[in-house]
Amino acid sequence: MKRMAQKDSAEGQRKIMIQTQALSKYYDNFLAVDGVNLDVPAGTVLALLGPNGAGKTTTVRMLTSILAPSLGWARVAGYDVVRQSAQVRASVGVLTEQHGLYERMKAVEYLDFFGRVYHLSAADRKRRSLDLMERFGLTFALEKQLGEYSKGMKQKLALVRAMLHDPPVLLLDEPTSAMDPQSAKQVRDAIIELRRDHRTFLLTTHNLTEAEQLADRIAIIRHGRIIAQGSFEELALHYVGEPLMELRVQGELNGTLAHIAEMVTVEDSGIDWVRYRVPTPETTNPALLRRLLGLGIEVVTVARQSQTLEEIYLQVVKEDEEQQGGASEHLR
Amino acid sequence: MKNSKGALVNISAKLDTGTTAIPSLNVPSMIIEERRTARETLSNALIITRREVRDSFRDWRIIGPIVVLTFLFPSLAQFVAGQFAGFVEDFGAQIVGERTIPFLLMIVGFFPISISLVIALETFVGEKERRSLEPLLSTPLTNTELYIGKTLAAMIPPLVSSYGGMAVYLLSLFGGELQWRPPAALIIQIILLTTVQALVMITGAVVVSSLTTSTRAANLLASFIIIPMTLIIQGESAIMFLAPDAESPNGIGALWAIIAGMVVVNLLLLRVGNSVFNREELLGRNLDSLKLKLMIRRFGNSIRSVDTKGTPALNIADWYARGVRGALARLGLAGRFTVGWFAFALIGGIIIGLLPAWQLNLPRNMPLGDVGSTIDQYTGLLLGSSPVLSIAWQNGRILLGAALLAMFTFGVGALVLTPLTYVVLGYLLTQVVAAGYSPFFLLAALFPHGLIEIPVIIIATAAAVRLGAVVTRVPENSTVGAAWTLAFTDMLKLALGIIIPGLLIAALLEAYVTPLVVRLALGG
Repeated sequence: MKRMAQKDSAEGQRKIMIQTQALSKYYDNFLAVDGVNLDVPAGTVLALLGPNGAGKTTTVRMLTSILAPSLGWARVAGYDVVRQSAQVRASVGVLTEQHGLYERMKAVEYLDFFGRVYHLSAADRKRRSLDLMERFGLTFALEKQLGEYSKGMKQKLALVRAMLHDPPVLLLDEPTSAMDPQSAKQVRDAIIELRRDHRTFLLTTHNLTEAEQLADRIAIIRHGRIIAQGSFEELALHYVGEPLMELRVQGELNGTLAHIAEMVTVEDSGIDWVRYRVPTPETTNPALLRRLLGLGIEVVTVARQSQTLEEIYLQVVKEDEEQQGGASEHLR
Repeated sequence: MKNSKGALVNISAKLDTGTTAIPSLNVPSMIIEERRTARETLSNALIITRREVRDSFRDWRIIGPIVVLTFLFPSLAQFVAGQFAGFVEDFGAQIVGERTIPFLLMIVGFFPISISLVIALETFVGEKERRSLEPLLSTPLTNTELYIGKTLAAMIPPLVSSYGGMAVYLLSLFGGELQWRPPAALIIQIILLTTVQALVMITGAVVVSSLTTSTRAANLLASFIIIPMTLIIQGESAIMFLAPDAESPNGIGALWAIIAGMVVVNLLLLRVGNSVFNREELLGRNLDSLKLKLMIRRFGNSIRSVDTKGTPALNIADWYARGVRGALARLGLAGRFTVGWFAFALIGGIIIGLLPAWQLNLPRNMPLGDVGSTIDQYTGLLLGSSPVLSIAWQNGRILLGAALLAMFTFGVGALVLTPLTYVVLGYLLTQVVAAGYSPFFLLAALFPHGLIEIPVIIIATAAAVRLGAVVTRVPENSTVGAAWTLAFTDMLKLALGIIIPGLLIAALLEAYVTPLVVRLALGG
């Protein structure tokens, strides 16, 4: 009975593919990662954003059982990163900051080598290599020495290596950093497809547009601490406010502005336009349009003013800086 | 930073305030590797070896020298041996020419294995530098598998070349005009020497690689391997020329001893290498720069601390009660082993003294009053020349030498120097008793200062043994660097707290009290 309960509990834990609690890492006296808590369910893409030296790579290394946490704990695919390191490493595919390929090897040999390391059968090694190379448009270069690969090709091959053993969790450090737009799209498409297949991703990137496109959840790390975490919408709502809309009308608004202000929060206005914030645009906007039409106002456009991840990121960092500044001021 | 809906959570957990539920904060400081069977380990290691050997054989910078050293150099060496033998024979020194033959066989074998150092530095630190190590570290391979795989990969190409070169040399020797043939045992010895020397260089290179992040720095540090190895080769050459059993069918005794010694060094280096070749050590070190001020400050803090966490001592009494006592307790196995070793040395001295061949036959029933006057002179002389510092320095420099030697010999050196005194002491004791004198005479000459000096010497030796040996036996949940630093600061703590004051007090007693006690024991 007890064993069954343990099994159920293990099953329950496996649904959260990356879980950390107060995860910290000291290098001598330097605190590189400071109490990081993450919960990433299966089939989720978590983007870990932050400046260089924020602790992203150290976090990824701890999640790969390469570095031991100094404090706290982490489980990946249900396995403890300290006590079940072999299982953790077998369950993750890692794209490191630098691709680190063996330049004198051919791609086919390189993938065969890593396939052996992961104990794939000869047939699986061949099949997986060919499938993935085809997916990333590298079939033509299978027999080429890796030293002859372009930067983008190397990056794609490193991704193929990370995906070779079909791991349930992928930890990708800057997956599209050296790629041309077409290659980057191939990689993004692959990530989206694998996510549908319940693969879990933790990707670190400086490309905020890409993070916005791919990530289900975003965590911002600074000085080793997660300073914000949530979905894009949640972060946007918290840091840059409710969605901002712009409405343009035929002719002049005149007294109509008062009617609009009854329904939404007006931020700014001109002769024939108004910008307002609304928490639920999907219900409020149709109601507002109906009212304006009832008042005889002809609406030309209603458009959502884009809130970018860049805005959010900068706001998060700014608030953290202010807090830190305040804290040091207080200490002084 | 929580929003009104509670959807967004800022989760920067403050460990010190304990706001987050943390199941276990005391995690092991090292990743625990899966235990695998020897067969699995070797099978996984060979995956690495095959790849790396294939890679090495694709590099013309490695293949070029290997081809030259396997085929060209042995033929040249054989030609030189023939010419040299003919030349010295004209001067009636035929034996010199003959003994050049095994010497050149050794050289033919040694030159290719010198490449193993280059390959080892390349496969370990080179890969670290090119950042191709991290993808490998992310795989389920254990540290030991990676270590064995890479060690074999660094050994195989040079050894193949070395064995090939020696085969070419021997074939051309047996097919040539020279009549002299080296004994089979000597050939086996040279092959074994070549193999253990290759392994020493590679295992040494792993240790060097772990201390550096660039091949440039690793090459500089490699001189710590090359220089001793060259000295050993010179010694072996001299043995081959001068050994009285050079033509024995059982091989040269001294070379067997060197082979045995090298096997021990290999085992120790393999242990050290396996300890330092772990993911944490390999990726934890990013810079080779020396931060002297920081180092001194850290050592200073560690010495002042009362525990391994660096808690500073409240006062000198607290430092002794917790700091020095803790350092003493951490001597552990090294301390117990040293005590046993010293007892063994004393008993060994007594046994030697009992052997008839070694007995001195001291004059019996000598009037001890004469001895008393000698002691008076001695005491007077010492009182006139402030002997305390010189006695303390005499003991101190031996202990310092033992500590330095221990650092480079995995602790063994410390167990050679200091116990010699106890062998002599045991030996003298038997001689004095055998001559019919009371053993109390000798004990009186020993004990006033010996009561302090002997424990101090044992503590100092144990600290030195621990410092040297700790790298071969790293405590669980620690790294080599951390374990060595702790052993070093513990040694400094003991030196400041016990050894130096102890030596000074013992010297004071030896200079002023011991002569008086001896005088009393003699009845004067």
